[in-house]
Amino acid sequence: MIDALVSSLSLIFSESHFLYLLFGVAFGIVIGVLPALGGIAGFSILIPFIYGMDKISALAMLIGMTAVIPTADTLSSVLMGIPGGSSSQATVVDGFPLAKKGQAARALSASYIASLVGGIFGALVLTAIVIIAKPLILFFGSAELFMLGILGISMVGVLSGSSLAKGILACGAGILLSTMGTAPATGELRSTLGSHYLYDGIKIAIMGLAAFAIPEICDLLRSNAAIAQKESGIGKGWLRGVIDVWQHRWLVFRSSVIGVIIGILPGLGGSASNWISYGHAVQTAKDKSKFGKGDIRGVIGPEAANNANEGGGLIPTLLFGIPGSGSMAVFLGGLTLLGIQPGPNMVGKDLYLTYVCVWSLAIANIVATGAMFFISKPISKLASIPFGLMAPFMIMIIYFAAFQTTFTNSDLYTLIVLGGFCTLLKYFKWPRPAFIVGFVISDTIERYFYQTLQFNGWGFLHKPGVIILGIIILISIYFGNKKSPDLQIKKNIKQLKMTSIFNFQYIFVALIYFYFLFIVIDSASLTYLGGVWPLAISTCMFAYMSYIIFFQKKVLADLVDTDFKTKKESIDLFRSFLWLVLPIILSALFGFLISMIIIFYAILISKTKASSLKINLITIGCLGVLLGLSYSMGLSLPRGLLQSLIKLPWPFG
Amino acid sequence: MIRKLGIFFLAFIYLTTNLFAAEVNFQGKTVRWLIPFAVGGGSDKWARYYGPLLSKNLPGKPNVIIENCPGGGSITCANQFAAMPAGDGLTILGDSGSTKFPFLLEDPRVKYNYNDWLKTVVLVSPTGGVTYVSPSTGYKSTSDFQKLKTVELKFGSQGATSLDLIPMIAYEILGLKVKHVFGMTGRGDGRLAFERGDANLDYQTSSAYLKVEETLVKEGKAIPMFSWGIVNPDGSISRDPTFPNLPHFVEYYEKVYGKKPSGPIFDAYKAFLGSGFSAQKMVFLPKGTSSDIVKAYRDTFSIIINSPEHKTSDNEEIGKYLQVSGINSEAVLKNTINVNAPAKEWLRKYLSDNHQVKF
Repeated sequence: MIDALVSSLSLIFSESHFLYLLFGVAFGIVIGVLPALGGIAGFSILIPFIYGMDKISALAMLIGMTAVIPTADTLSSVLMGIPGGSSSQATVVDGFPLAKKGQAARALSASYIASLVGGIFGALVLTAIVIIAKPLILFFGSAELFMLGILGISMVGVLSGSSLAKGILACGAGILLSTMGTAPATGELRSTLGSHYLYDGIKIAIMGLAAFAIPEICDLLRSNAAIAQKESGIGKGWLRGVIDVWQHRWLVFRSSVIGVIIGILPGLGGSASNWISYGHAVQTAKDKSKFGKGDIRGVIGPEAANNANEGGGLIPTLLFGIPGSGSMAVFLGGLTLLGIQPGPNMVGKDLYLTYVCVWSLAIANIVATGAMFFISKPISKLASIPFGLMAPFMIMIIYFAAFQTTFTNSDLYTLIVLGGFCTLLKYFKWPRPAFIVGFVISDTIERYFYQTLQFNGWGFLHKPGVIILGIIILISIYFGNKKSPDLQIKKNIKQLKMTSIFNFQYIFVALIYFYFLFIVIDSASLTYLGGVWPLAISTCMFAYMSYIIFFQKKVLADLVDTDFKTKKESIDLFRSFLWLVLPIILSALFGFLISMIIIFYAILISKTKASSLKINLITIGCLGVLLGLSYSMGLSLPRGLLQSLIKLPWPFG
Repeated sequence: MIRKLGIFFLAFIYLTTNLFAAEVNFQGKTVRWLIPFAVGGGSDKWARYYGPLLSKNLPGKPNVIIENCPGGGSITCANQFAAMPAGDGLTILGDSGSTKFPFLLEDPRVKYNYNDWLKTVVLVSPTGGVTYVSPSTGYKSTSDFQKLKTVELKFGSQGATSLDLIPMIAYEILGLKVKHVFGMTGRGDGRLAFERGDANLDYQTSSAYLKVEETLVKEGKAIPMFSWGIVNPDGSISRDPTFPNLPHFVEYYEKVYGKKPSGPIFDAYKAFLGSGFSAQKMVFLPKGTSSDIVKAYRDTFSIIINSPEHKTSDNEEIGKYLQVSGINSEAVLKNTINVNAPAKEWLRKYLSDNHQVKF
């Protein structure tokens, strides 16, 4: 084993292998920094090029790329409030408020150091555990995976912020939205309203953009200020972040463990590890009041976990050929293109290849941390320029990223509808984390609950793994509900005020209420196996909400009455949302490129005082980046009605 | 060496004459190869194997890019392709068994019709599969079959109308008591369930089964039963060339029952085995594409599959299976989509009675 470790290290530094590793790292940083492009996009772009490459170079490049994405994607999560990828959604929740407070530097340096520790930890675990991983993976059957899903859902309590009722209802809505599409057990269609696009349900990448990017952009367009509200811009605090990590070293360690374990288990994925470790950070904190408003622990925990997750995720992929996540599925395809057979040989005759992965992982994490410190300073200046200048670029990147999901305009429509919903969630102070956790974990619970019932019957409850996990869940709930007396009593004094009949919050609450009812009706017509999960959840939610509406006036006041209600604010919000709808309408008519040209000029002229030279330069520069990106990576742009009528030359066609 | 050169020479002559005769030339153009599945899946690997070869051998050496358009279990993208105009041969589609099944089962979502593509199919790539059982069932060899019939078997399936329909029919014909546990996200999931002991019956497609053979079978944790076999163009079934020592399904049935399987249920098996495995992946041009362009593609694929570099390739998605191009691919497709009415009727009734599939 030691021999293999040493010889793999010398392999990486021989010939040009190391250069490929560095290339992978550089590419990974680009993919990571660009919002919403994650591991799947990165692999999809690189894999066509590895055909015919030697194994070591290709592995080093691919691993180098995937290892640094969770480090690099923090940048957009913190600076712009756009999740850099689905595995850094939780980072936004506290990272972005920190940037707003002028502490971007602190948040970034803390996250890079935490990422580094998590990444190295993942590599260490991969080194040691490949030998004993098999029994571990086999131990986690469908019953245990189901219990892990329940553990994830049990975090909702701590992710709910000030209102538990809102948290539970948001989580329920998240769960039900994720049941849209074909039922895992029977293949029946659920709540798709006849749309072909929705047969596959809503993709997590689009959901992440909708939940975090759209509301933030809306908000920033409305205020048209720089992201960092303080004069200090990104602030200093680089050292402060390092000290933060040291102060919370045990949180880093525990989150790394969570990340690795979730990575090892196929079927949960990076997004789940990110959220579960965020929940863990909240529930183990003595003072929870700062979470969601810029608590550094909310950055450190998830960032350590998502890097550690990469090391863990390689284990089932290499040993079983079973990908633990979407990006690992693509990586697996790459392995077979290289002629590498995943399986027991990876700890046998091909152990050196496994250790090439380990070293690549460790080296990439170190190089990336250094590089990110280096490039963050200039890039983070973005946070202090007026938003009007940045808005068109961000809109372009978000829509381009969303379009990578299925390459149809429906991706954009879905994004804007969900984005509108999530913007309202934000404004009416519904906890988006609880909503997303429900969305992320629903499929795990449904799938494995059904499977375990079929394989083991109700006897699954007696399995030792299930009992152990059950105890962990109880402990987790206990810790989550302890020690936050300030939150419990805060809202109790509120009275229901009927300020006006036409209060949009009433309509919003009614909308959610009727959505639950709709799912009850929709799933009642399905077969038992296909419909039982959405039916159970929607019935509970509908009943719970009815109970609140008819018997719990205080809680109802909590649901419909937040501080946000001036008429001007509402109109401003609606206007800035229209800025986001407009590019989609234009794109559907004239194609993406023409739509972007119009939007760039429209926003830059109306929202900034920039000179016409500057406006032209920004537009040409940004669209140049877009075209370069799509051309070099062979990715297409959304086409519109115009393109279907007449044939236009590239890049318009 | 001389033979190699000879083949290259012939190929060269063939190509150039073809180029001048048909005047099909893709120089400076880009061919989009639509793959309605995600990157890294079986179909994607298959297309990425052929992509560069296609680019090298098509007249004018165009760029060939693989465009993945996953969604709706491949139906969405196939529908879009079906709506495309005949065009200039710069867009092609690679399908799979999961594209054909919904068509054969008359899924209302399907807007494409394989009959339209009879004249424009240019390549057929087969594959196979092997089923195996856990020794915990008491099954050691074929002679334990009667014992196996009394055991409750559990099988992790991807869904009643997925490729796992073929094992479902096969087990039904054999009269095995099988509980199909749906919701597996891939065959790898099924194997994991088997290894954990949750399931005690499983199958893998050829490339994946080779790994099972290396590990589980060698360790005595899995007993192979039979391969699905390969449907020949004349409708007969023969042994899988990747597993020449394993009996195929029909042989196995004859051995344990002493007679050949027959009836609509067996016709259904043959029909779906054909479209699901023996003619699993195909390449099409849009319907109505001019015969010159179709011929250029067919000739190009013939050159590729007869080239020495293809014959020595160890691409696992291609395996040892005979690739079909030229006019023969038309016959194969015709065979594949011709399911007789009683077989279809039986299958639809079986699926709706036993697995609540709604048609």
